[in-house]
Amino acid sequence: MTTDLRDLYQQVILDHQRSPRNFHGLPDADRVSTGYNPLCGDRVTVYVRFEGQRLAEASFQGTGCAICMASASMMTEQIQGRPVDEVEDLFHRFQDLVTAGDLLSADLGRLGKLAVFAGVRQFPMRVKCATLPWHTLRAAVCDQRAEVSTE
Amino acid sequence: MSTTTLQSATKRAAEALDVAGLRRQFPILGRAARDRPLVYLDNAATSQKPQAVIDALLRFYTEDCSNIHRGAHLLGQRASEAYDAARVRVQRFLGAGSDSEIIFVRGTTEAINLVAQAFGTRHLEPGQEIIISTLEHHANIVPWQMLCQRRGTRLRIVPVDETGQLVMDAYERLLGPRTGLVAVTHASNALGTVTPLREIIALAHRQGVPVLVDGAQAVPHRRVDVSQLDCDFYAFSGHKVFGPTGIGVLYAKRRWLEAMPPYQGGGGMISSVRFQGTTYADPPHKFEAGTPHIAGAIALGAAIDFLDQYSGRAIEEYEQQLLEYATQSLASVPGLRIIGTAPDKVPILSFVLQGIHPHDVGTILDRYGIATRTGHHCAQPLMERFGVPATTRASLAMYNTHHEIDALIDALHKVNEVFR
Ligand SMILES: Cc1ncc(COP(=O)(O)O)c(C=O)c1O
Repeated sequence: MTTDLRDLYQQVILDHQRSPRNFHGLPDADRVSTGYNPLCGDRVTVYVRFEGQRLAEASFQGTGCAICMASASMMTEQIQGRPVDEVEDLFHRFQDLVTAGDLLSADLGRLGKLAVFAGVRQFPMRVKCATLPWHTLRAAVCDQRAEVSTE
Repeated sequence: MSTTTLQSATKRAAEALDVAGLRRQFPILGRAARDRPLVYLDNAATSQKPQAVIDALLRFYTEDCSNIHRGAHLLGQRASEAYDAARVRVQRFLGAGSDSEIIFVRGTTEAINLVAQAFGTRHLEPGQEIIISTLEHHANIVPWQMLCQRRGTRLRIVPVDETGQLVMDAYERLLGPRTGLVAVTHASNALGTVTPLREIIALAHRQGVPVLVDGAQAVPHRRVDVSQLDCDFYAFSGHKVFGPTGIGVLYAKRRWLEAMPPYQGGGGMISSVRFQGTTYADPPHKFEAGTPHIAGAIALGAAIDFLDQYSGRAIEEYEQQLLEYATQSLASVPGLRIIGTAPDKVPILSFVLQGIHPHDVGTILDRYGIATRTGHHCAQPLMERFGVPATTRASLAMYNTHHEIDALIDALHKVNEVFR
């Protein structure tokens, strides 16, 4: 396998793709949002439940490629229990991680396990797969009810 | 047939066509992709261009560049002659009765929109039905949906069976006194299915219903004769038959072109313009408002000349061998299922790999220099019919080889390794 492929399809990512975490609906969700990528057909629905200013619970459902499914799975794990106002910050950090040039190690540290998605940068056509769940989460948290689309 | 027998049969057909010589005509095929020899298996999206086509474009812009049918100068005369000659070239290629039945457009999409506008507005009444099929590309769905919204016509859909072939009994039942038009593909871009056009057209004509054929995926693989087919409209794109992008063809029977109102208004499509009223030029000019893609039309003529150097039968035989070889080779990949198994196909192979999303398949194949397409292939209703959101598609052209199929198979094993 080529090294860039190994960077993209890391074991952690493949593991989340095979057995996605928090992969279910949330009957008592406060917010629900669906994101769609019309180019490849990926579709993700994100559910969130708040407790005060915290994201008490997050889950997702949908279909898509390995990158999209693993991203959604790891995202729901990482944001669980965090203050709502950290979501925006994480969203931007993640966006930088998969697109931008230089990343400070401090930033990488803040991203925690999500840093495994750095390999996506070598695959510009796959950036939207990784960020679709995050766009959808952001829409849910900001209560934009309309479907989000990557296009 | 065993793989080795198939391989030698494919080799023989390749020699008969001189595939090695043919490949040398396409400069891009000698290039690398991601440090490996390019394996281009995305021909249904667009084909590569032979040197003759590239030269024709270059020659026009370096030696003959001018607008047509107006300037009283040498270049204008040359450009006009070359443009008119390209139309005659297309006419002969399609077996049309007259060059006035050949309209240059941007591509298949524009050709179908032209008919939906011009024919639809004049010849279809509210309540009438347009029959299309589940196989259609969005280009042969959306213009009709738009027409239905404008005109109050209705769409009826011919279903496909498990192999991806049209259910002809259902088609016959759909045809009736309310049918105003049948618009159907000659070959499916997503599955490769070749439809039984003669039967489709004969049945429609028995009821006095005209037929439009989307030939985008048939023309690169089969010699088409519109007079023998007796279709009313036939559309194809230059870029899928080794010509440039931005040029395509609508063939239409003369009587329709005379009866239909123009598609767009402007220069070049009039006989005289007064503020009291305008009279239109005769077909084909009536349907070619504005400056056309002159260089594109001329280069499309060059693409046809190029294609005509080869025997249509040799191309078809080789491609069918290659298709069979690819079909059998793909079957050996664990977890792979081919979607579209009709007996009559152009060399297009759509498939899914158990538990692996096509997008991931496409990315990994690309890393091994193999260009395929993944997604819904602008045929979402068809994907839905087969219960898949997307497929990976390898679409072959006459210049592909069995070595390239082998490279695809090797890379697919790599895909399985990643996701093992
Ligand atoms: C069957 C079919 N019809 C129509 C089209 C549209 O062709 P174009 O984009 O060249 O207008 C395509 C191209 O993808 C096609 O495969």
